[in-house]
Amino acid sequence: MSTTLKLPKAMEDALHRINPSASRRDFLRASGALVVSAGFSAIPGARAIAAVAGTGLYPDPDFLQLDTWIVIHPDNTATFFVGKTDGGQGTGTAFRQMMSDELDIAYDKTSLIMGRTDITPDQGGSGGSDAIERDGLPMRRVAAEARRVLLEMAAEQLGAPVAQLKVKNATVTVSSDPARSVTYAELVGGKRFDVKLAGGNVDATGGMADIKPVDDLQYVGQSLQRYDIPAKVDGSLTWAVDVKLPGMVHARNVRPPVAGAALRGIDESSVADIPGFIRVVSRGNYVAVICEREEQAIRAAQQLKAEWAPPADAPFPASEELFDYIRGATPTSSSDPEIEGDPDAAFAGADRVIEAEYDVPFQGHTAIGPAHALADPSDGQMTIYSNDMKSYGLRNGVAEFLGIPREQVRVIYMDGPQVYGRTAADDAGFEAAFLAHELGRPVRIQWTRDEETAWDTKGPAYSFSLRGGLDARGRVVALEYDARAVDYNHVGYNEADTVLIAQLMGRRPAEPARGNAATPAVMYAIPNRRTNSQVVALPMVWETPLRTGNLRDPNGPQVTFAYESFIDELATAARADPVQFRLDLLAGSNEDDVFRRARSIAVVRAAAKAYNWDERPSPRSRDANRRQTSGQSGAGPEESPILTGRGISYTFRSRTIAAAIAEVEVNRQTGHVWVKRLVCAHDCGLVINPEGLQRTIECGMLHALSRALWEEVQFDREKVTSVDWLSHPSLRHSDTPETIDVVLVNGDPDPDRSDLAPYGAGEASHKPLIAAVANAIHDATGVRLRRPPFRKERVLAALRAAEV
Amino acid sequence: MSIVTLNVNGTTHEVDVDPSTPLLYVLRNDLGLKGPRFGCGLGQCGTCTVLIDGVAMRSCVMRTSQARGEITTLEGLSKNGNLDPLQQAWIDEQVPQCGFCHNGQLLNARALLDRNPDPSDAEIREAMDGTLCRCMTYYRIQAAIKRAARSTMAAAQGSPTESTEAQVKGAAE
Ligand code: FES
Ligand code: FES
Repeated sequence: MSTTLKLPKAMEDALHRINPSASRRDFLRASGALVVSAGFSAIPGARAIAAVAGTGLYPDPDFLQLDTWIVIHPDNTATFFVGKTDGGQGTGTAFRQMMSDELDIAYDKTSLIMGRTDITPDQGGSGGSDAIERDGLPMRRVAAEARRVLLEMAAEQLGAPVAQLKVKNATVTVSSDPARSVTYAELVGGKRFDVKLAGGNVDATGGMADIKPVDDLQYVGQSLQRYDIPAKVDGSLTWAVDVKLPGMVHARNVRPPVAGAALRGIDESSVADIPGFIRVVSRGNYVAVICEREEQAIRAAQQLKAEWAPPADAPFPASEELFDYIRGATPTSSSDPEIEGDPDAAFAGADRVIEAEYDVPFQGHTAIGPAHALADPSDGQMTIYSNDMKSYGLRNGVAEFLGIPREQVRVIYMDGPQVYGRTAADDAGFEAAFLAHELGRPVRIQWTRDEETAWDTKGPAYSFSLRGGLDARGRVVALEYDARAVDYNHVGYNEADTVLIAQLMGRRPAEPARGNAATPAVMYAIPNRRTNSQVVALPMVWETPLRTGNLRDPNGPQVTFAYESFIDELATAARADPVQFRLDLLAGSNEDDVFRRARSIAVVRAAAKAYNWDERPSPRSRDANRRQTSGQSGAGPEESPILTGRGISYTFRSRTIAAAIAEVEVNRQTGHVWVKRLVCAHDCGLVINPEGLQRTIECGMLHALSRALWEEVQFDREKVTSVDWLSHPSLRHSDTPETIDVVLVNGDPDPDRSDLAPYGAGEASHKPLIAAVANAIHDATGVRLRRPPFRKERVLAALRAAEV
Repeated sequence: MSIVTLNVNGTTHEVDVDPSTPLLYVLRNDLGLKGPRFGCGLGQCGTCTVLIDGVAMRSCVMRTSQARGEITTLEGLSKNGNLDPLQQAWIDEQVPQCGFCHNGQLLNARALLDRNPDPSDAEIREAMDGTLCRCMTYYRIQAAIKRAARSTMAAAQGSPTESTEAQVKGAAE
């Protein structure tokens, strides 16, 4: 039975190049340091080396040791070790750029290892778009400290004071006598720095050296190509799905057929005849089958006869009933209303009061590749090969789940399909570890498409009620915001008692997580405000496929959809241009410590300018629309079914500001919406890699466009019925805009300041987009859509109802 | 189990498998290929695409015994150590985010350009429509297909290609 596989030599070399941990191990061993065992044990042969080096225990890499972060090799190259992961946004390349600059080494003489819990410092992995903003700082400080230490060593070696030295490309030279020089490798290559760093926690880690001022950065600000892309396009990359180990077997889960069903019995004889069948493992309501070969496990999972008792009560309402349910439910928690000014008096005195309700359904991650992991229990340890974006949390969670010391567990982070929060609770990693622990053999688990679509974590559904008061001059004098999120028992990060396998086994914390209903992120000056947010629960709290978890800015797209749609409704009521209306709202607000007001104004202006926005109220007049589209198509004035319009939306995510403009074509005969053009203006402070940033912004927008046009998790009163790409459609090539313009803005009042900071960029462009599309559809048609997705059936029904 | 002969990337392999096994698992687990990946197993996403005699096929829904002809996977797309113009365009345009879907994107694009060396925007959208990307790299994929089409035609006419310009930036490891 050939489930193990020798990797071709070229792949082994490629792996070794991007995972030079073997040399790190050898180096550590040579220098007499504590041996870090097992390099890339997926490579046959490497395991044997690992066995020599020592097995079993994986103490935490000490983030206060410079050697944990940076190794200088004898060939004058360097490897950086960081506790982050890269979901494909190019953060790995950005880390190398930043650290190369601070260390003063050529970028292409560096390599990077990320997220391997045994050899990289625990920076928590990824999440919240803070890779560059928060975690980049200790990386920069540590690299700067390494440079400082190297300069001191060089001063001694060259007999010249540090002040008379200069350093370039990992070579230190005496300024006055360039013949006297020494390389980093000559100083410390293959040896330990053995330098203690300072810092009460990993984020605060640093040394005595300061990071460089912006002007002195050479690689930061350059569009270097991402180092990970070539191996992704030539097929040479080894992904987490590719790892194969001797003796490895394949598992598939068998999920309850309806939510909340209890397992009554399993007829193992129903699969006993399948060649390669090894075992059914079940505990509580968790069931998996294990076979020698993958296709055998697939068949066994389909063929297994199990008896399930459905729950007495419906676990949730059907998806069409969801929003009535949310509005009628008793909240599990309510935040204290945030009140500014005197909203009641302001509403009473308002010239006009506008009200609107918005709904956003559950939307899933539905990663292109379903969840997967491989766990290896050999030699009294547990190694998990995973694309978990928070690999450190997986390590801790698995140790707790299995009741084994965390020093026996390590997670080797490898590339995988998009994460965006999904693998912050890495169900498959726990399942593989559990099954491997039970079986005593390496187990690879792979979720199926229907399992992933139905059972992955969901972005919370929301219902909103908004009320706004305008004075006689059309200014917003009062605004009331009520949000209800279905977010009770939001799953935590890799928690041993909230991941799906734990829930199904009946292992759970005393209290479900409270959940969160978010409030808008805008800098508008509205004098009288009341902001309320409440969390509601579905009837079934545990073991539900409608588990909420973090999905790319977990609440931002929903909240911004409602709020920025409503601002547009107010602008329409005030007969104001939507851009100018927002600029007026921004003009009166107070500035904050990161200049979000000034930067918001700059960003909204930049978006309007890039789009060539013509100032007028929305909706566009029907005549203007007919004139333009008939002119375009050459058809008569009554014939073109296409209505065009544009919409803007603005928000911030943490310290990053984004404004999006969408231009749509709406076919009023079919309801089909095509977003023909997108513009995003984006201010995330110091830009590390403009091209990489631009790609991430584009894809963030299109991801939200998919949520705007297509995505909705549907369910009946028993189960999720969105199970594949037919029942759960996603954005496709044919939906792609003709033009996407990204404008990188630096709206800082002192744009050239030497300490300009980089802010996160993984989510900001994702956040405003749904509202921009809704606003554009309204501009085109005069019809306000208050619930995504804007699939053509829903759009057509709304157009018909409004007689457009 | 029975012996099935497969021609993959110019090499003939004999594998002893249940012939009804979807080709995807044999390519991955028996032949050790990493290009074709599991995305849905239903023929709906394109992540598992391979070329069979130049036609893009979904290996997750094809029985191994049906896979007659020359199979090309992502690993076999480059020729004599040179990247396919599409692969080069993918690097030049910095197309992927996570990259998981790009096996299917590249091979479907290859099949398209083989049929139609100079596709219009509409033809690209139509031909690529069933190949999904959940990181939504569609815009850059389409740009890269056009870039590859241009560079291939330019090379055929003997003029310099534009894809060399991007090599200077950054250092791919
Ligand atoms: S995995 Fe074959 S089409 Fe999706
Ligand atoms: S690049 Fe991630 S799915 Fe396409």
